[in-house]
Amino acid sequence: MGSETVTPPTIDDAFLAGLRSDMLRFAQLQLRDAAAAEDAVQEALVGALSNAKGFAGRSEVKTWVFTILRNKIVDHIRLQSRTTNVSSLSPDEASLDEAFDTLFKTNAHWTPQARPRDWGNPEAALRQQDFWHVFEACLSHLPDNTARVFMMREFLDFETPEVCKELGITVSNCNVILHRARNALRRCLERGWFAAGEPAC
Amino acid sequence: MLRCKEVTHLLSEAQDRELSVTEKLPLRMHLLICQGCRNFKQQMTFLREASRSYVTDRKDTEK
Repeated sequence: MGSETVTPPTIDDAFLAGLRSDMLRFAQLQLRDAAAAEDAVQEALVGALSNAKGFAGRSEVKTWVFTILRNKIVDHIRLQSRTTNVSSLSPDEASLDEAFDTLFKTNAHWTPQARPRDWGNPEAALRQQDFWHVFEACLSHLPDNTARVFMMREFLDFETPEVCKELGITVSNCNVILHRARNALRRCLERGWFAAGEPAC
Repeated sequence: MLRCKEVTHLLSEAQDRELSVTEKLPLRMHLLICQGCRNFKQQMTFLREASRSYVTDRKDTEK
């Protein structure tokens, strides 16, 4: 194969700085608390890099530290959930629910202007860096608890019953929160990305 | 007959659990005639896919 001639990119300071800032963004999105995000990243880096010498390359290191970071984020979410009441409805969440209701006519079918659009071939967006900026912005616009439940489900790979258990909420409440999050995200992506390129007329 | 608003809840829950037969059939009937809800379904699928990519592909590759 002759792969010995290819030297993997070194794990230098610039790589570590970039990795750290990716990790911070990921932790901050989910924990919504700069100090907690900083702690989680620090703990993950210390844990991961203490045996980084055994890794062949950057992508391996990256995968490994993110695995550890996920566990640290889960630990912090468990701590946070002891002091926050996830099931109580914040004003932000109530206003998302009101906005959702306005998408429908009184007979509970879509109003013509609110009918979800055809996104064509949305997978193409996944390869565009700009799409991920919109995606992150949409996530950070979600209310705290809504975001937390969504990200535990989708980013941290919890099954829905586990999310409820961790946060001390009922399954039906969990379903309501996930529905709220998904609807808010799809509307945000539609406005910010999928409809943004369409001609005005 | 299912209405669009209920359909959005079912389509969201379908991301989290296997729907029952009594939920699936009316849902399929509704989707046959409702483009808006078909688009909603596509969007739910895409959200799952985007979230997966966000945590895996993107973290595994150099930007």
